[in-house]
Amino acid sequence: MRYSFLSILANGLSGQKGWAPAWRDAAPKPAYDVIIVGGGGHGLATAYYLAKVHGIRNVAVLEKGVIGSGNAGRNTTIIRSNYLLPGNEPFYEWSMKLWEGLEQELNYNAMVSQRGILNLFHSDAQRDAYARRGNAMRLAGVDSELLDKARVKAMYPFLDFDNARFPIQGGLLQARAGTARHDAVVWGYARAADRLGVDIVQNCEVTGFIREGDAIVGVETTRGPVRAGKVAVAVAGSSSRVAGMAGLRLPIESHVLQAFVSEGLKPLVDGVITFGAGHFYISQSDKGGLVFGGDIDGYNSYAQRGNLPVIEDVCEGGMALMPRLGRLRLLRHWGGIMDMSMDGSPIIDRTPVPGLYLNAGWCYGGFKATPASGWCFAHLLATGAPHETAGAFRLDRFRTGHLIDEKGVGAQPNLH
Amino acid sequence: MRIPCPYCGERDAHEFAYLGDATVTRPDPAAADAAQAFHDYVYLRDNPAGAHQEWWYHANGCRQWLRVARDTRTHAIAAATSARVSGEPA
Repeated sequence: MRYSFLSILANGLSGQKGWAPAWRDAAPKPAYDVIIVGGGGHGLATAYYLAKVHGIRNVAVLEKGVIGSGNAGRNTTIIRSNYLLPGNEPFYEWSMKLWEGLEQELNYNAMVSQRGILNLFHSDAQRDAYARRGNAMRLAGVDSELLDKARVKAMYPFLDFDNARFPIQGGLLQARAGTARHDAVVWGYARAADRLGVDIVQNCEVTGFIREGDAIVGVETTRGPVRAGKVAVAVAGSSSRVAGMAGLRLPIESHVLQAFVSEGLKPLVDGVITFGAGHFYISQSDKGGLVFGGDIDGYNSYAQRGNLPVIEDVCEGGMALMPRLGRLRLLRHWGGIMDMSMDGSPIIDRTPVPGLYLNAGWCYGGFKATPASGWCFAHLLATGAPHETAGAFRLDRFRTGHLIDEKGVGAQPNLH
Repeated sequence: MRIPCPYCGERDAHEFAYLGDATVTRPDPAAADAAQAFHDYVYLRDNPAGAHQEWWYHANGCRQWLRVARDTRTHAIAAATSARVSGEPA
């Protein structure tokens, strides 16, 4: 059923009895053209664009739990394309453009809200670095604006501008950035892919690969073997584990990232604000909770929960930026497992194993990339060549020296 | 998370800094396959879900390097020994 004002009206008048499930809970068939391992945002978007753009509809998405129960349901919902490096910026801008048309494309309300992101700077040197990034964005055709202190004050008068240690001097604004409802993105892609014939198979964990000679020709799962022409892995957080079943070691460590939401408030923060002197960012959900986070904990973890030192660090950053946060109570906090790649940038590439394709290494920035990640991974799977915006996300770049070190901190995954 | 430092006893994790996987060792730069070996050493990791050997530095304590055996699924620490005993970070 297509969602529309008329469908809402008709169901409202008939006791909401006409709604059908948004996607089929499919059982795995013996074989597909393409199997996508991982039913998160990236995997479902890949399936959708394979079916929509490339006409490849004999596709299954295999998810070990329920779709969207990993990092797609654990992020802080920010979408933006304010990157510096040429390997990254065109890709994230393509993602931003897909976000802008996503709801019409999927016929699903993903609550995309372009409320702007403001990166604050606190020193002359940091202003210069942000001016450089803003100029790089403009060279790539992306909106950016460097704001002085007065203009930031007009937007967010409650920030601690005269903080003794980290006074706010201004900020870099990307007005087209914003937030989206993370669960709705998953559901929207799932529904749209399902309508094009994609099988979404839940509670189906991949336990191994089926090989013929060198090549991978399918997967072993908890619901039996499934064969495929191509196997595409999009399981960020667990990429090393799945790639390990194929005998690959990846340039990735898994780390835990914590996020937080406060009790609900009346509208207070109408955009996304990031603190420049520590790692802290904050926005307000449409339910009213302040959603914020900071650094990863910094040690290898698959535990989906973190520890107190980083909670303290995040809260200190928040208090330095916005002292009124101190009167708030925390409603929830949680952890997700990040694929921390060795240069802080993702991988969308074929692997040395024939038949196996990899979408991984999203560090803590995977959510905003969801549409373009799916688009570019589908392009690679369908055409055999990387999409023009994702050509730099190669698996072998660590060997050839073509790293995309956006943060400039070298091969230390816990610093990216 | 609390780490049982062999010098200081059990101390809170915020006193420590993390280096990473303790199973990788710096290769011989004069070896014939040094380029490949350094690529593997710098970039590739086993990244196990489960038992993990790792280096921690007791920065706000005894300033000793420790080799810690920790389960990455639960954060439970099985052992922590001095790097002086077990071999220093490569």
